[in-house]
Amino acid sequence: MAGLTLKQVTKQFGEHKAVDGLSLTVEPGEFVALLGPSGCGKTTMLRMLAGFEQVSAGEIHLGDKLLASEQHHVLPEQRNMAMVFQSYALWPHMSVADNVGYPLKLRGVRGAEYQRRIGQALSLVALEPYAQRTPQDLSGGQRQRVALARCLVTDPSVVLLDEPLANLDRHLRASMEHSFADFHRRTEATMVYVTHDQSEAMALADRIAVMQAGKLVQWATPETLYREPRTPWVASFIGQGSQLMIDTGAPGRRISGNELMRGLTSPASQRSQPVLVRPEHIQVHPDAPSQQDLTARVERQTFRGERYELHLHLNSGETLLAYHSQALQEGQQVALTLLEGWCLEPDQ
Amino acid sequence: MSPSLTQGSQHRWLLTLLTLTVVLLSLAPSLRLLVEALSDLTQGSNAPLWRVLQSASTWRALSHSLYTSGLGMLIALALGSLFAFVITLTDIRGKAWLVFCFMLPMMIPPQVTALSWLQLFGPASPLLKSIGMAPPLGSPQPLYSAEGIALLLGIQSAPLVFLALRTSLLSLPRELVEAARISGARQTQVWRHIVLPVTRSGLVAGAAMAFISSLGNFGIPAMLGIPAGYYVLPTLIYQRMASFGTGVLAEMAALSLLIGVLALAGVALQQYWMGRSRFGLVGHSGRAHDFSLGRFRALVTVLLVSVLLVILVAPLVALVVSSLVPAMGVPLNADTATLNAYHEVIGRQGATWRAMRNSFWLAGGASVVLMLCSLPLAYRLQRLPARLQNLTLSIIELPYALPGVVLAIACILLFVRPLPVINVALYGTLGLIFVAYLARFLVVCLKPVSASLAQLDPSLEEAAQLAGAGPWRRLATIVMPLIAPALFAGGLLVFLLAVNELTVSALLWSAGNETLGVLIFNLDEGGESVLASAVSVLVVLMVASLMLSLSLLAPRLPKGVVPWQG
Repeated sequence: MAGLTLKQVTKQFGEHKAVDGLSLTVEPGEFVALLGPSGCGKTTMLRMLAGFEQVSAGEIHLGDKLLASEQHHVLPEQRNMAMVFQSYALWPHMSVADNVGYPLKLRGVRGAEYQRRIGQALSLVALEPYAQRTPQDLSGGQRQRVALARCLVTDPSVVLLDEPLANLDRHLRASMEHSFADFHRRTEATMVYVTHDQSEAMALADRIAVMQAGKLVQWATPETLYREPRTPWVASFIGQGSQLMIDTGAPGRRISGNELMRGLTSPASQRSQPVLVRPEHIQVHPDAPSQQDLTARVERQTFRGERYELHLHLNSGETLLAYHSQALQEGQQVALTLLEGWCLEPDQ
Repeated sequence: MSPSLTQGSQHRWLLTLLTLTVVLLSLAPSLRLLVEALSDLTQGSNAPLWRVLQSASTWRALSHSLYTSGLGMLIALALGSLFAFVITLTDIRGKAWLVFCFMLPMMIPPQVTALSWLQLFGPASPLLKSIGMAPPLGSPQPLYSAEGIALLLGIQSAPLVFLALRTSLLSLPRELVEAARISGARQTQVWRHIVLPVTRSGLVAGAAMAFISSLGNFGIPAMLGIPAGYYVLPTLIYQRMASFGTGVLAEMAALSLLIGVLALAGVALQQYWMGRSRFGLVGHSGRAHDFSLGRFRALVTVLLVSVLLVILVAPLVALVVSSLVPAMGVPLNADTATLNAYHEVIGRQGATWRAMRNSFWLAGGASVVLMLCSLPLAYRLQRLPARLQNLTLSIIELPYALPGVVLAIACILLFVRPLPVINVALYGTLGLIFVAYLARFLVVCLKPVSASLAQLDPSLEEAAQLAGAGPWRRLATIVMPLIAPALFAGGLLVFLLAVNELTVSALLWSAGNETLGVLIFNLDEGGESVLASAVSVLVVLMVASLMLSLSLLAPRLPKGVVPWQG
């Protein structure tokens, strides 16, 4: 188990910079997600960590060992990492047990110890009865679990996961998410997880690196990302919420509800500070609003089981998303109390 | 009945009809042969089959055939897999040229290969004379031997192994290799544990193809074996037909049956192995892998280039030298060099042009017709139950698996009398050779198409079906574009094989209907080695320029159309 350090890592394909000056420090045993829309460079970054791609500039360290720089390249087989591929990458000519045992064979593990560790790995993913099947006989979720077992059979210093849930159905995803979290708790391995699904990343990761067009936009815990996103792009990518423009506040500062509501009253031309308001920070009063209140009209509502999602229209023209416990009338006027807001950096 | 249902069943019936027709046409020559071979069995020991089986020459030729083809297959396996693995897997430079040069021997007709190697060795070799290394007169020509035949068969069929293995290697998903490397496998271990087992089917298929093709090869054992009195089964049949004519057809049919059974055993073995190691592979494929040769790169490059120098460049140089001397046994120098042979074959012998025109029409026509049939045929075949599908494929493979001489005998038997109803006589016309080519090369075109279809994810077509596309539209807009590279590759292979064909036409040609292959063979048999060399040089130039122009065209064609382009 060791930490990863990325220093100004860059990958260039011709003119195009797939990854551009990415710096990160991953603590030993941390579960990290690389999150971003498709084409943001997260998979390229993962492949550089694995050693399948060479870095164009910058350095990658594992603990205090240099893995990759412009002149230096440790081969994938010498990195002691493991990877779960999106397509599972199970070898079709080997049984499930042979697939799982292959990394052990390469490390010279033989005989009873070999059998014991395969059995242990397969029992962790609840696939012991399937040991002698071929991968072609298994379902998607079972194949994924074999791939996972193959990762945990040795003690890799880093486990890489490339969109491992992308090919699975939603029900299976939930249970696989659980297996990943469980797996991480047991092995305490450093894990790097690539995904474009923010809810997956939020549920699993200790820290998330949000990437956009090859660059790192924010590197923080899920809670911080949710509460204190750096830019409007991150704010819209993660969780729900509305972005308003006000005339007070400064980037990276939390402002109180009073300040926020005052900031909304000035003319549009003077309001240049973007602010994020999460729906749980809006109180809706369905009784007829008075003159002093901030008022809005109910545009549309969506039933979500435990609550209603309200799409509100402020009198000044902005839209707001809020929650409410009961159904309202569409077109109804309501009074609002904003509890707090988070000031964002304007997008470049 | 709803419109889509009508269309669906019409589609199915038309394709089934096509399949049945093709199956019958593939089966007809073999059945005719079988009837002839087994006729008069009641006569006891006087029946043709018994006479053939009791003859010592039959068993001698059989063992010669097995020995030369088996040894040839091993040589092809060694050469083909060396080139396929190095070129497809590693970072060696100049891949395009290496592949081009390696594929060339397959495209060069066997009789030209044999001729060029004969010019390379032996006491009369103009090349050896020119550099003063010729053995003394009267010393034997080393190639007039079983091992000489096997060596040339191996070189000729090595590209078959190369192509089969390369296709297999290219369809190996990148992730399977990467997963092994990140598990800690070194490059050599990845190759041994993952690449080799997963692509074993390609290797076995290639080896089987090399064996079957060597078994049926006529040009090489004819030119190397007949002068030494070393007969394999195809040359034995040729020799008997040439000596005794159609009078011995019944016996020849019996002899053909023997080779047929042998070749079919090879096909059955190949299909069994293919079935055993077929995997549904998932992941990104179609890309060469990037194993690094590191400090061995120069060494490996030198190895491949020297192999090419020996198997390709040296014999071709010998061929060119032979075409430039006034007579065999004369060394080439500034005084003796002459273009007389070229003047002779181009200017005075109308036969050269006629043969070239005949071969082009036959090969071009066959490849177009076969490409048109292959896609619907392969499509229908894929939807048959597995056992029926295998049976049909075996039947279609029959005319190709049967050595060319056997097919020729069968076609003679089938068409020696005018066709009933329309009363057209095919015997003695180009039409007979054309029909024989259609039957023979169908499987060459069908195989890549079937393989490509089998790898196609069925959900692609199902998605189109749900989008509202009927069966014809799906075939045209979804299946066809995805299969196109394989289809073109198949048509191309048919053309290149047919234009150089000798084996079938050696027995079916008649005056005025010569093919290129027959022309060279006849010149050499008549002792006109210099003239034969000149025509051969022209054929090699044609083949090479055809391949080159296809290479230049390759960027405009779908990926994979040109086999020697990555």
